Amino acid sequence: MSQTSTFYSEEAANRRDSILLILIVAVILAALGFAIGYGVGGTVDVAIAVTIGAVVLAFLLSAGSYFGGDQLVLSSSAAKEVDANSAPQLINIVQEMSIAAGVPMPKVYIIDDSAPNAFATGRDPNHASVAVTSGILQKLDREELQGVLGHELSHVRNYDIRFSLLVAVLVGSIALLADFFLRFTFWGGGRRSSNDRNGNGLQIIVFVIAIILAILAPIFARLVQLAVSRQREYLADASSVELTRNPHGLEAALAKIASDQDVLEVANRATAHLYFTNPIKKFEERSSSIFSTHPPIVDRINRLRQLTGDPPMDAAEFNALRGLD
Amino acid sequence: MEIWIVLIVIVVIAAVVVGIYNGLVGRRNRVDEALSQIQVQLKRRHDLIPNLVDSVKGYMQFEQKVLTDVTNARAAAVSAGAQGVPAQAQAENVLTGALRSLFAVVENYPDLKANQNVLSLQEQLTTTENQISFSRQHYNATVLEYNNGIQTFPNNVFAGMFGFLKRDFFEAEPEAADVPKVDLSLNTPAAS
Repeated sequence: MSQTSTFYSEEAANRRDSILLILIVAVILAALGFAIGYGVGGTVDVAIAVTIGAVVLAFLLSAGSYFGGDQLVLSSSAAKEVDANSAPQLINIVQEMSIAAGVPMPKVYIIDDSAPNAFATGRDPNHASVAVTSGILQKLDREELQGVLGHELSHVRNYDIRFSLLVAVLVGSIALLADFFLRFTFWGGGRRSSNDRNGNGLQIIVFVIAIILAILAPIFARLVQLAVSRQREYLADASSVELTRNPHGLEAALAKIASDQDVLEVANRATAHLYFTNPIKKFEERSSSIFSTHPPIVDRINRLRQLTGDPPMDAAEFNALRGLD
Repeated sequence: MEIWIVLIVIVVIAAVVVGIYNGLVGRRNRVDEALSQIQVQLKRRHDLIPNLVDSVKGYMQFEQKVLTDVTNARAAAVSAGAQGVPAQAQAENVLTGALRSLFAVVENYPDLKANQNVLSLQEQLTTTENQISFSRQHYNATVLEYNNGIQTFPNNVFAGMFGFLKRDFFEAEPEAADVPKVDLSLNTPAAS
């Protein structure tokens, strides 16, 4: 028995889940900051100061990618800007999706590669760019392209780039804090901590907790960050359906891309999270793991099938799709 | 002491009311903008049609009725613009039907189907049809957001007194559900 839902409820669930995940990261950061500050400095004031300091530093480091990041990503992907004369149908489809989404028309780029993929970048809808590969233009039909571009424009409309920057700042703060603390403790400050102890049992316990957190928190935070990325991908899929009112287009696009064997050459680990499907093939194949930026394609297809009430695709059907037997 | 509490409560309530008012103004303006966007798209379609008719005319000597239907429907839609939304919506739907008939007939002419000019115009008309329908869809989305804004609590308490009234969704005319009838009986090209 297949389940039906609406894109509204899917979107609401995805937004709620991603916010919960961010809160988890924020709590981890606060806990780590407090543990370190109190464990080292002995007072709550030091704890607060340390946490705020780490957030500010991580924010400053991320500011560069916030303001200049999209140009960097576009040029490192060898993307060429196009207009209504050079790529009329592509521009038309992007225009259609911008109207449906109520956002200004982004800049449009083509990456010359036969692997079908796309990405969107830009800190807000007024500074957005969308790039597609020449491969996706050749291999997908108009309805399917509409679904993919609806997904990309939804990333823009949902402020996903800004959202993932927020997560990156929090995760970066955790990593920075943990790193400095562990270096300080094990390579520079071992004696200092015993001077500060003054026989305060609570401080010793908190100090030990701080060490444990400093080792575990960065890994855990990174896993949460990846979970957030997957939630936002599901959200962009549901938002694409909100725009096109046509789950079949996006589903067909995902199926076609899943069965395509080409590898996108310009993508690398740093940019992989931005793309429509994970361009690093071996990551895509393993993507049921918690280490993946994108949900597995079969799960994305099945969520779309929930919207149409079609039965979900099973492993055998998916393997047949990919040409594996 | 008490006077301070009263003042703070008044300030907080005022701030909330201002927030509600401004929020509703923003949503209502989005509704109006979406409405005017529909007009922009409709005009775009009007402007494209003469080109299309000229491009296909030469090839379709037996199809005069379909071509004149399109031309007449376009003229009617342009003039219906001044007659208010329901009249305009109806005229635009008639034009949509006429265009669909035209493209259904084009399918019978392989030369015409392959003609670059016609293909490009077909793409332009496809995108224009899509953009019209997406503008209407977006308009409905802004109306939904606005109506939710004025009907939910606590906004509904203030909406009426500030003059924010419910807006209507764009609804397809009943005629739009009809499939356009394409009369091909006399139009089949002679077998060669």
